[in-house]
Amino acid sequence: MIKVNNEDMDFTDGMTVEDVLKIKKYSHPMITVIVNGKVIPVDSYSTYKVKDGDVINVIHMMSGGC
Amino acid sequence: MTGKILATYEYTPAKVERGYAGKTLYINLSDMTIKEKPVTEKMKELFVGGRGFGLWYLWNAVSSDTKWNDPENEIIIAGGPICGITQYPGSGKAAVVTLSPLTGCPMDNNVGGYFAPLLKFSGWDALEIQGKSDRDVIVFIDGNRGKVVIEDASDEPADTHLLAEKLTEKYADSEEDKRNISVVSSGKGAENTLIGMLNVSFYDVKRKAVRVKQAGRGGSGTVFRDKKIKAVVVKYKGVTGDSNNPADKKKIINAALRLHKEIFELDKLQNRMREVGTANLVEVMNDYDLLPVMNFQYGSHPDANRITSKVFREKYFTQNVPDNCWYGCSLSCAKAVDNYEVKTGPYKGQKVCVDAAEYETIAAVAANCGIFDPEYVIEANFYCDTYGLDTISFGNIVGFAMECYERGIINKEITGGLELKFGNADAALELLHQMAKGEGFGKIAGQGVKSLREYILEKTGADAKLLRDISMEIKGLEVSMYVSKESLAQQGGYAFANKGPQHDEAWLIFMDMVNKQIPTFEDKAEALHYFPIFRTWFSLQGLCKLPWNDIVPADNAMTDEPHKIPAHVQNYVDLFNGVTGKNITKEELLLQSERVFNFQRIFNLKMGKGTREYDMPPFRLLGPATKEEYESRAERYDKQLKELGYDIEGKTTEEKMALLRQYRESQFEKLTDAVYKRRGWNKNGVPTLETVKKLGIDFPEVVELIAKYQE
Repeated sequence: MIKVNNEDMDFTDGMTVEDVLKIKKYSHPMITVIVNGKVIPVDSYSTYKVKDGDVINVIHMMSGGC
Repeated sequence: MTGKILATYEYTPAKVERGYAGKTLYINLSDMTIKEKPVTEKMKELFVGGRGFGLWYLWNAVSSDTKWNDPENEIIIAGGPICGITQYPGSGKAAVVTLSPLTGCPMDNNVGGYFAPLLKFSGWDALEIQGKSDRDVIVFIDGNRGKVVIEDASDEPADTHLLAEKLTEKYADSEEDKRNISVVSSGKGAENTLIGMLNVSFYDVKRKAVRVKQAGRGGSGTVFRDKKIKAVVVKYKGVTGDSNNPADKKKIINAALRLHKEIFELDKLQNRMREVGTANLVEVMNDYDLLPVMNFQYGSHPDANRITSKVFREKYFTQNVPDNCWYGCSLSCAKAVDNYEVKTGPYKGQKVCVDAAEYETIAAVAANCGIFDPEYVIEANFYCDTYGLDTISFGNIVGFAMECYERGIINKEITGGLELKFGNADAALELLHQMAKGEGFGKIAGQGVKSLREYILEKTGADAKLLRDISMEIKGLEVSMYVSKESLAQQGGYAFANKGPQHDEAWLIFMDMVNKQIPTFEDKAEALHYFPIFRTWFSLQGLCKLPWNDIVPADNAMTDEPHKIPAHVQNYVDLFNGVTGKNITKEELLLQSERVFNFQRIFNLKMGKGTREYDMPPFRLLGPATKEEYESRAERYDKQLKELGYDIEGKTTEEKMALLRQYRESQFEKLTDAVYKRRGWNKNGVPTLETVKKLGIDFPEVVELIAKYQE
């Protein structure tokens, strides 16, 4: 089990940050991914392997509205 | 050809110094008075400019008994001290303030186009129009010659795509001179509904076309046409990067260089505003279950992929043309569809340039009506613009009427034969044309969702509670285009907004619902204190909000408060100080806004509203109002109830809905208490004496007014 934005999520072996974003349907382009307090570079999303028990924060940066 | 001259005023244009011309142009259309009024140091100190000036003038013009269509009501258009700089993106905005026909309270809009900068460089910080003419008029301000003329405009068309084009041709000396003209206009729809809006033009040199941006919300166009104004035109030749005579240009340039660099490097990776404008939000909102579908019943739809920015980008938006609505804006989000052939109505067959389509418009006229057709979006967008109708209110009205029709609450007898089923684009367009003409069901619907609900209740005797639950308006204004059911903070953002439920005060859904960054009532209250106040600041200055947070620096996430975009806040401090020569801090920046924000709240009180009861939303804003909504997301709601400790085993949907409703309504009440407290208001939502004293707005009239509401 991992925690994503304070919610439990099933962990599977080999899971990457990109997989997490897909499962959560986090498609917004202005996000910052922080795994256990460490910011993950955008170009590492597809290669960064998540570990069981990780705490992930996906911070959506847009405050929206015109 | 010039219409009969009704009044003329000659003046010596004031030189703009440090962002201010120091004068306001006052016009009374009842007796054709034209005069100038000084902009005092006290006004600048307390109200800064833009919306602040508008509220102050309006406050002094109306009494608590004034209605929107009384001659005393005014329309004030003002930029602000930063308005008109050409270095920093998004610096040409006008604030428009008037008493709204929908809410009876002050309405503010922040609109692009060239009007406010050209007005200021013509010698006027604000234009204040009062009174009502007995015939259609055009007000023409010639900022180079120092002349204001009111002309009879009885023979001119009302609809914007004809009028703005014609007046730009008429007042320009040459093709090159057209860029020196801006026209404020509305249309026939504004004459016959309460949802009329104002178009503000600029001339697109590359396209050789007149473009328009909209002051959309709350019926400003209806007031404009009620005063018999067909257009206000300003002409000023000579805009330069120094037209504001800033105190410290270097400060402005340095801030501007930082932002332009971010935009050129990062926009393509972030929101792609340069490519698709705000339409990028369609797919995002659909993915997060936030896109209003079928009168806000749902937050997504499988057919939404037919109206995404990808579709508009590939098939409709003209690319590689500068789409900035004032000089120097590299964010360039004002997308357009060129050579669109109109398919319906009085302009069928004409080829036009449509300023289409913003996210709000796509969501309102399309998804919210269950219509997923991009060409219908463009058609509806074109007609709303030229008729002078607010796309957000229009989409809400049609969505509400369609839901009532589908639920059997209204029928063809009520709609005059229109089959108002979700997805029926032909019926929606027919209703739009009827609204513009003031005929049939369109005449009734054009009075807004609140009025339509009351009409349906009277005609059908339908369930009043259900109708209130599903009519998406607060304070009389229709809700803008985000589903707030799963974000308590956004529910407050909408419900407490001074002018009514528009997202420009607060957009907290991601912080709250997705990021879970503001879990407690105190956290949410803090966000609902800071962001509405901060966002108010743009409309005091003549600035656009988009360059604040629709593009962010690469290292923004590493800052202490990433959602405030600290680097951009510093830019704004630098811009203000650079233009005015003052030396404010970011805390003083907030104080400027907090003062005006609270003054607007008190203005609502002056108009007999502005208390807690007027901050109550329809239940659909808070959660599932119908069985269909609950069951469409049953897994989500069941899980929430279980987590709250309810035993839902064997319970019917109706029983579960009742439990959820009770819970969510109690949460909303707690939020209301927390927000009022943080804002320095009492439990009835009225600023305390201490708050108004702290803000320096403890004028005798204010103190006397709020004293009646102190606990």
